[in-house]
Amino acid sequence: MKTKAYSVYILYIWLFLFSFLPLLLVLAVSVLSKDSNKLVTLPLTLSNYAGLFTPVFAKILLRSVLIALLTTGLCLLVAYPFSYFMIKSRHRSLLLLLIIIPFWTSSLIRTYALIAILKYKGLLNALLLKWHIIDAPLSLLYSNFAVISGLVYNLFPFMVLPIVNNMERFDFRLLEAAQDLGASRWAAFTRVFLPGTAAGVLSGCILVFLPAMTLFYIPNVLGGARSILLGNLIQNQFLVLEDWPQGAATSAVLTAILLLLLACYRQQNKGRAR
Amino acid sequence: MSEPLIEIRQVSKSYGNTLILEDMSLSIYDGEFLTLLGPSGCGKTTLLRMISGFEQPDAGEIYIAGRCVNQLPPQQRDVHTVFQSYALFPHLSVFENVAFALRCKKIADSEVRTRVMEALSLVQLEQFAERGIQQLSGGQQQRVAIARAIVNRPQVLLLDEPLSSLDYSLRKAMQSELKQLQKTLNMTFIFVTHDQEEALSMSDRIVILNQGKIAQIGTPRSVYETPRNRYVASFIGEANIFDIDVQNVNGKSLQTIVENVSLSCPNTGDFQAGDRLHLIVRPEDIRVWGLSEIENSDGMLPGKITEIIYKGSTVDLKVKLASGKIISASEFFDEDDDKLEYSPNENVWVQWLPGWEVLLPYEN
Repeated sequence: MKTKAYSVYILYIWLFLFSFLPLLLVLAVSVLSKDSNKLVTLPLTLSNYAGLFTPVFAKILLRSVLIALLTTGLCLLVAYPFSYFMIKSRHRSLLLLLIIIPFWTSSLIRTYALIAILKYKGLLNALLLKWHIIDAPLSLLYSNFAVISGLVYNLFPFMVLPIVNNMERFDFRLLEAAQDLGASRWAAFTRVFLPGTAAGVLSGCILVFLPAMTLFYIPNVLGGARSILLGNLIQNQFLVLEDWPQGAATSAVLTAILLLLLACYRQQNKGRAR
Repeated sequence: MSEPLIEIRQVSKSYGNTLILEDMSLSIYDGEFLTLLGPSGCGKTTLLRMISGFEQPDAGEIYIAGRCVNQLPPQQRDVHTVFQSYALFPHLSVFENVAFALRCKKIADSEVRTRVMEALSLVQLEQFAERGIQQLSGGQQQRVAIARAIVNRPQVLLLDEPLSSLDYSLRKAMQSELKQLQKTLNMTFIFVTHDQEEALSMSDRIVILNQGKIAQIGTPRSVYETPRNRYVASFIGEANIFDIDVQNVNGKSLQTIVENVSLSCPNTGDFQAGDRLHLIVRPEDIRVWGLSEIENSDGMLPGKITEIIYKGSTVDLKVKLASGKIISASEFFDEDDDKLEYSPNENVWVQWLPGWEVLLPYEN
């Protein structure tokens, strides 16, 4: 019992040192002033937060949310049927392995590899030209399309894994029961299968939406200069403008938004368990 | 009887090389409580799933209310099932589980409400309508499953071993409740079980299945008292089976030798001298006498008691006969013989009245 208590303490100390304390630091920095020599200085001020109430920031926030939503939607659209066929397939473990293998390579490298596919004289354009689907190469790179492709590609497993996990536990005899009671295949799907797997879908959406809001290197690599998202904005504020207080304030707002979403998710789960 | 409600016509089904049902024909009548009885793997569940539409016959036809339903999917058949696992929808309340069939038919809310509450009251669960499924006990979930299947008033209710996961006393209670419900609704019940006692106590007719074929169809009493073959005799109730040869036949009785004792019994099957037969006696038809109780031991078999099990209303005995064969006997406490005192290793005489045995052709 003693050792168990110790390991719990270690966990708490870890969380305190590497999660809670940095968060406090971010909050602290966000209310300090910018200083070109020492990075931050007194006096305390709320002007960094006030600086966020600008049309530019609102536009970036809105665009980040839209792109994250679109990414989540696309991931779900592909992952849901994919998961179904996966658990029905005899090669389930192989398919799962194929999903996981790319993770052994750095996500940054795989994102650079996407450039080779999406660039003007890249693989995708070459194929589309060869099949006579297009007459001239499309400029796919450095667009929202490229950013969303990169996000969907990188985050897809985070959608698949919780859904597969959930579908594996689904009792398929319930579908027979529904049909026995007069439900068409579609009704059995919407009234029984979909609600029965909703928890997995929700977990997957959270796991995709949160990183989609914050991953900064994918828009950096694939999006070019024009498509600044929240993640890039924070990165720029810290590293390019060296305005740490402003960057910290942006981070704090982003963290607050994401925590709010998580709180909604937990509330939803509580309602389900009741 | 009138036209059958369900007709199984020469249906066969196999999975790979395993024959599950072989050329089976069966008529089921409106309003009857029919039980499909047999050990696991005899094809009873497959037959049930064919009636509900989840399996297709390889050959033959199934008719429901005069219409061939071979091509009809489950959702279009006027047949509902109570599943062994209950298969209740975990994300819906008791009320919405029961309402499911009505919602699928897009029935108006007010009517759904009355019909669901009516179905729930039939299984005494009105006050549980708003509960979640996980908050119910196994017995209550069973009742929800029944209410869900009858709410739409199907012509036929299929019950796939619905009581198998309940404990003994609950099962007994549900048996009589189900029987009562079937009478109240005047609905055709097709009940699958491997429990012969359950089949005997609930059914109007029992279909005994053995390896994909019908071994016998009949009322509980007829299959128990006049089994048509050795399989039925030993599957329904306990049976002592002797293999005998007919010595000679005179008039309506025949002579045979059982355990070196010459016996005469009614010739119920038009048997000839030299025929090899099974002679079957139920334990409750056997009388066991102490040596001192008997003066004339003609037609009695000598034996020795090896086991005594007191059962309250009966005493069950195991008696070892001279040949080493062990038979079972149930002795009732009644006014004629209220002592029923036996001791282990006691030598006894064993007897049954002529005509209480069942004679069947010998099967290998």
